Amino acid sequence: MAELTLMKNAAEQQLAAEWQAAKGKLPGAAPMRAAAFERFSAVGLPHRRIEEWKYTDLRALMRDAKPLAIPPDAAAKARAKDAGALLADIDSRRLVFVDGAFAPELSDLAKLETGLTIRPMAQALAQNDALAGRHLGKVFATDDVAVALNTAFMGDGIVIHVAAGAAIERPIHLVFAATGDTPGALFTRSLVVVEKGARVMLVESHEGAAGRDYQVNTALELAVADNAHVDHIKITREGEKALHISSLMADVGAHARFNTFLFTTGGAVTRNQLFLRFAGEETLASIRGATLLKGKQHADTTMVVNHASVGGRSREVFKSVLDDQSRGIFQGKIIVEPGAQKTDAKMGSHTLMLSEEAEADNKPELEIYADDVQCGHGATAGDLDEDLLFYLRARGIPQAEAEALLVQAFVGEAIEGIEHAGLREALSEEVAAWLKAR
Amino acid sequence: MPLLEIKNLHVEIDGKKILNGLDLVVNKGEVQAIMGPNGSGKSTLAHVLAGKAEYEVTEGEVLLEGENVLEMQPDERAAKGVFLAFQYPIEIPGVATMTFLRTALNAQRKKRGEAELTTPEFMKRVREGAAKLSINQDMLRRGVNVGFSGGEKKRNEILQMALLEPRLAVLDETDSGLDIDALKIVADGVNRLRSPERGFVVITHYQRLLDYIVPDIVHVLSKGRIVKTGGKELAHELEASGYAQFQEAAVAAE
Repeated sequence: MAELTLMKNAAEQQLAAEWQAAKGKLPGAAPMRAAAFERFSAVGLPHRRIEEWKYTDLRALMRDAKPLAIPPDAAAKARAKDAGALLADIDSRRLVFVDGAFAPELSDLAKLETGLTIRPMAQALAQNDALAGRHLGKVFATDDVAVALNTAFMGDGIVIHVAAGAAIERPIHLVFAATGDTPGALFTRSLVVVEKGARVMLVESHEGAAGRDYQVNTALELAVADNAHVDHIKITREGEKALHISSLMADVGAHARFNTFLFTTGGAVTRNQLFLRFAGEETLASIRGATLLKGKQHADTTMVVNHASVGGRSREVFKSVLDDQSRGIFQGKIIVEPGAQKTDAKMGSHTLMLSEEAEADNKPELEIYADDVQCGHGATAGDLDEDLLFYLRARGIPQAEAEALLVQAFVGEAIEGIEHAGLREALSEEVAAWLKAR
Repeated sequence: MPLLEIKNLHVEIDGKKILNGLDLVVNKGEVQAIMGPNGSGKSTLAHVLAGKAEYEVTEGEVLLEGENVLEMQPDERAAKGVFLAFQYPIEIPGVATMTFLRTALNAQRKKRGEAELTTPEFMKRVREGAAKLSINQDMLRRGVNVGFSGGEKKRNEILQMALLEPRLAVLDETDSGLDIDALKIVADGVNRLRSPERGFVVITHYQRLLDYIVPDIVHVLSKGRIVKTGGKELAHELEASGYAQFQEAAVAAE
């Protein structure tokens, strides 16, 4: 294998230097970190010859690796005060992270519901938290290099435990804001453990200042026990220069419900990875997303959905709207393990091209090792329908408005699947705002 | 000044000549019917008036109260009062009928420098218009024409026309696919909108519709031009004798 090892590029060298400098100071989990960095060291940044990263050649896209972000000062925290405002109308428990560090003074830890436990990840790691010890890095086994880098450098984040049977009505909003003055790399890691029959809704929003050059590598591990119900929504609106890599790893138990929605409009380069395993029987999952890109934005959604038990049902619907010279990528793999009979999985990825210079890459894959299953996928890419536009314009609706109506309808099909009405509305408004700014 | 004046209109699509020197004058208050066999250019005329881009006008003029319509975008024409009731109303999933109606009405009002309608005023107009056409609330909440039957789609076209109050309404084969009850509802809807300020061009293959929407003038279109003009009795004549004679006449005139 040695002859295949590539020369380390600048970003890889900087990451190695950063590791040497930081490894003694990072909170806890030293052996785990070291093993993870070893993994990165062995293979380097993922590039186009790694199948899962075929369309997002990180080695080429990452010219350099930013130094670890410095802890936020008062000014940075002040700038983060309005972060997550997109969801201002929704009553939620806000937990705010500024430049990757938990900011208790901006967060709401008052009157925790019975059964809900929250602690910052940095503290959990430093104090060998038992819950973190049981689950961290174990929710979904993957040797993905972005996840390895996150494990090596993870700084702060949140550890949430929802006790068996607890129904947490108020959504928990994890607000990640990049506001510092110096370019930096933010490695946040969170763990959410939802015990049997419990219910919780998690919203993550990621945003940062336009014009600021920063890199985010964030990961969330989600352990969902039998009969639990978890709604997860991730909103990515990073600044225009940002590189954002996100990994969601979930293990979902029997008779559980799991809904996730990925909404992406921001960032220069965004990579959303999902590693989902339906370990128990009769799970019901909805995995959806909407991506709206313009300029030279690049966004990649790469997903592995592993049906490991009998009778699981999953629906995957991703919608992309690509304007200008943007590039949208969807890779979806559904694996049905031997014995996972009666699995019912349907995946659709649909792209609306608003510009002839935009590019869409769609790669659906099915790997089925059971014989009594229903699985299907569909992928489409096309322009706005001229006949629809003409019909609208013949009624007096100007071109731009007619296009906006059709784009909203297209994206709306995915957004309608969100159960929370307030979030549905907030995201629809965000789509409208995006269209208005076109 | 006539409401609509079409002079020597020549239209091609993909290099194929469809209209070959069509002339037509419609005055306010009139209902004029254009009949003709398949392929005579009826639907082309309707789409050219509404501004569909694929049709290329190679010669001639279309004036709406003296204004050159051919230079206007489809939405500008609509705001000026041109309305096309489509032969095949299109389904628009995800755009609720209510949203569509409101967007259209307000876009036209804005273009004309009028104030947008308030929500209660808009709702009142839609409810009244819908009730007259037996369009229920559920249909208004659904995507535009999504899951509508053929008759429901045509009624929805007439509802749009009633709300948008055009000066010139062009009905393209509005009778196609309608049973007799639906035809009556649609015809009643059109007749309610007849007024001294408004003109209609009713395009149809069959005379049946004209029993309910009685025209002032009937034209026969063949091979892209008008070959005969008469009163409402011409429609009955055609029903008895068919279009063959006119197709021959058009060929002879070439």
